[in-house]
Amino acid sequence: MVDFGGWDMPVQYAGIIQEHTAVRRAVGVFDVSHMGEIEIAGPEAARLTDFVTTNAVSRLKIGQAQYSGLLYGHGGFVDDVLVHKVADDHYFICVNASNQEKDYAHIASVQGFDAEVEFASGRYAQLAIQGPKAIDVLQQLTPAELADIRYYWFVDDEVSNTPARIARTGYTGEDGFEIYIAPEEAERIWHEVLRAGREYGIQPCGLGARNTLRLEAKMALYGHEIHASITPFEADLAWIVKMDKGDFIGRAALAAQKEKGVRRKLIGFEMCGRGIARDGYEVWVDGVPAGWVTSGSPAPTLNKNIGLCYLPVELAEPDRKIQVMCRNSPVEAVTVATPFYKRAK
Amino acid sequence: MYPDNFRYTKEHEWVLVEGDTGTVGITDHAQAELGDIVYVDYKLGRDTLKVGDQVKQGESFGSVESVKAVSDIYSPVSGEVAEINTSLADAPEKLNQDPHGAAWLVKIKLSNPDEAKNLLDASAYQTYIGAEK
Repeated sequence: MVDFGGWDMPVQYAGIIQEHTAVRRAVGVFDVSHMGEIEIAGPEAARLTDFVTTNAVSRLKIGQAQYSGLLYGHGGFVDDVLVHKVADDHYFICVNASNQEKDYAHIASVQGFDAEVEFASGRYAQLAIQGPKAIDVLQQLTPAELADIRYYWFVDDEVSNTPARIARTGYTGEDGFEIYIAPEEAERIWHEVLRAGREYGIQPCGLGARNTLRLEAKMALYGHEIHASITPFEADLAWIVKMDKGDFIGRAALAAQKEKGVRRKLIGFEMCGRGIARDGYEVWVDGVPAGWVTSGSPAPTLNKNIGLCYLPVELAEPDRKIQVMCRNSPVEAVTVATPFYKRAK
Repeated sequence: MYPDNFRYTKEHEWVLVEGDTGTVGITDHAQAELGDIVYVDYKLGRDTLKVGDQVKQGESFGSVESVKAVSDIYSPVSGEVAEINTSLADAPEKLNQDPHGAAWLVKIKLSNPDEAKNLLDASAYQTYIGAEK
């Protein structure tokens, strides 16, 4: 067990590769109750949510979710978040565990909107059921018609006779669901999910597999690909920024960066030589230090060693030879297009 | 689980002393903490470790890398490298399966057999890893 932002969390149950493979081929379940929740409600909830996030809240329909960014005025990330539209005057935001107090303070400090911001983490536990068989497992426990929930949509219904928010979202690159339930029901439902999944070979999964799965799908991890000194344009996340939606925190800085040109960019790579890149390792190009690794790992699905790194924008394109300094030894690698893994639809 | 005739380090290596030879490996606790092991690298400084090299107690002679993390291996004893378990290069998963047996790392011709006495015995090591959790 590791201490993760004050939570005692398992890195692995059966082993990272076995857990990873279960999610790609069948189904796995993650206890992600450490994630934080913030609710924004009131007549101007939509306007406030739009002002503090980068994506276009106005495009959300009730029951829809979107990936988005919370930025500082200087354009760097406070956090990356999932915004769910519960009602016209009610938004539910899922945030990273280690950032939740900071996120809440950031949003609550914004003045001039007729809306209440609530730190709601204590009211929710979260389980992620992920993999091609996730729908078959969860369907046994809920009257909600899961096939009717589209990707990045959610319903408020029941799981195992207790109220649950059921979202077709995830952090693995597979189909699956994230369910938000009362904390006192979490342990019981965890076991119910495992029981329902037994015939599909369900695997309890820890933080280790969560990391390898998200990395193969090239999903950003706060503290690695994104943090206070990184903007969405640098992190290859321009798609979550809607510059034309009206003003929002960080917009002016992003406009200035766009005007001047982005100087560094996130790019994927594969190791060619023997070695595994790790967070913080230097990346060299043509014999000089040029950037740094943000995440790196063996990719169990691809049977390669992969990673993400920041490079000057003129170097951040696929098929460039780079060297990753693995414990003071340069190891050959090549930049590649991402995601590394994309599931067949 | 932890053989009584082994001696252990706080860095989670073990050594079995037989005559003037010490067989060295990593402990079951180490392999479990690391998880799926994918590389074993034998290195003394920047050079590949060779039979005949001298290693000192506490000196790193390589690293073990898992999906999750990379970890140095420190020699529990001083002496001359007599044998290297090269079979682990192609089958690093053996370190997860049999860390106290077939997946030994090196054999060392001891220059100071008394050194092993300052290492932990099996019960002290188990107390140590129990307390570490």
